[in-house]
Amino acid sequence: MIELKHVCKRFGDKEILHDISAIMETGKANLIIGASGSGKTVLMKCMVGLLEIDEGEVLYDGVSFSSMSNIERKHIRKEIGMLFQGAALFDSMTVEQNVMFPLEMFSNMSYRERKKRVDACLDRVNLQDAHKKYPAEISGGMKKRVGIARAIVLNPKYLFCDEPNSGLDPQTSMLIDKLIHEITVEFNITTIINTHDMNSVMEIGDHIVYLYEGRKQWEGSNRDIIFSQDEKLNQFIFASQFLQDAKEMRQQALLHSNSSDTR
Amino acid sequence: MLLTHVGRYILMLKGMFTRPENWRMYWKEFMRQCVDIGIGSLSIVLIISVFIGGVSTIQTAYQLVSPIIPKSTIGQVVRDTMILEFCPTITSIVLAGVVGSKIASELGNMRVSEQIDALEIMGINTKSYLIFPKILAALLTVPMLVVISGFVGIWSGKIAGVVAGILSAQQYMQGIVLDFKPFNIVFALAKSYTFAFIISSIPAYFGYHVQGGALEIGQASTKAVVISCILILLADYGLAALLLQNG
Repeated sequence: MIELKHVCKRFGDKEILHDISAIMETGKANLIIGASGSGKTVLMKCMVGLLEIDEGEVLYDGVSFSSMSNIERKHIRKEIGMLFQGAALFDSMTVEQNVMFPLEMFSNMSYRERKKRVDACLDRVNLQDAHKKYPAEISGGMKKRVGIARAIVLNPKYLFCDEPNSGLDPQTSMLIDKLIHEITVEFNITTIINTHDMNSVMEIGDHIVYLYEGRKQWEGSNRDIIFSQDEKLNQFIFASQFLQDAKEMRQQALLHSNSSDTR
Repeated sequence: MLLTHVGRYILMLKGMFTRPENWRMYWKEFMRQCVDIGIGSLSIVLIISVFIGGVSTIQTAYQLVSPIIPKSTIGQVVRDTMILEFCPTITSIVLAGVVGSKIASELGNMRVSEQIDALEIMGINTKSYLIFPKILAALLTVPMLVVISGFVGIWSGKIAGVVAGILSAQQYMQGIVLDFKPFNIVFALAKSYTFAFIISSIPAYFGYHVQGGALEIGQASTKAVVISCILILLADYGLAALLLQNG
């Protein structure tokens, strides 16, 4: 579990994050949503320590991460996996070497054991034939899957995904979302996903935090979002007429299923 | 502005000295850099040395027109010019372009594509893992390249002199051993170590701190090469003033 307590972040005079508190639960896909420039990526970078927060606290299972020294943070970081927006694969390494890198750096496994673990991770993300390829030779969706494999290779307790489906077609996006959600539940990890993708929100949003201009505007689940009366949230999520119609249909379906359950 | 850069540069250097997470991985990276910087630059260093040596002999002969100056003096002048100035300085300036731009653009690309962030998230000290092996590799391979350059330059000077009919091989060899000061080698090596540090650490600084995209990587790369060259020339003057003044 990761807890945010009154997190504030400023760049010069400009306040990017204002008093954000939330609890990111274990075994759930915790989504941070918001328009571009709303502070999602800054919040994620603050959570993993790439940026220092100005006020407040970030707690990893009750331990304050923000007040730790860099050496103390190293131990927590070994339990963190992160999927970057552009996958951030190492260009000079093959897919296999990319996934093996954290194992080589931090484990005492033999080559055979490492290879077995890498094969298992690549199998888990449905990449059986790309071991010897370089990042430049694979598609965007495959890069994301390699990024996920690298992020989970050390069995992390926390998984961060920064816009995992940006630049992907809807079908591949859904596959990536599904994969992240399955991994979250399967390994019981705390997953935090930055996204502004409506499909992700509705499909895997177990817990959603909506940021608006650096402030927490709304919090709930993908079920709650359908009935939310928050105007700003509705404008953001159901931006088009098509999505508004879909929302109403979903509302009716949910209400219908609730009344059937009561009977 | 300048002080900010100097401060950040010093902090970067200070940040490199931490205990490696895994010695084997750091060794692997160090060896990779040795191959990249050393073997990767060997061909250009050889080409430059051959021509500098040849041109030095021909131009020295052109200027020494007095009949009372023995021909062997050409070999002596070429030897000292190559060892004292051309091999360490010209080689390092060329390496600042070849190696410096490569280091700056590699690190810049890693920064922009979040590869450095990915390493940081894993708990790896990126300054130590990415920059330190580059500087160490440069400190090991650049002096080697300078020594090779010296041998090749002096040898090609002899070939050029003989082929052009300026002097015989024997006269050239007489000049080479005439009044030789071993300190000159020490001076050339002192220069090459200093320049090696400049051409690896300055581009690493600019590449590591890139912000933006492809355009900024190019700008950082250019800036790294220009500043490295200026610092090489400044250090060249400083070292000459410091070490050769009483010679």
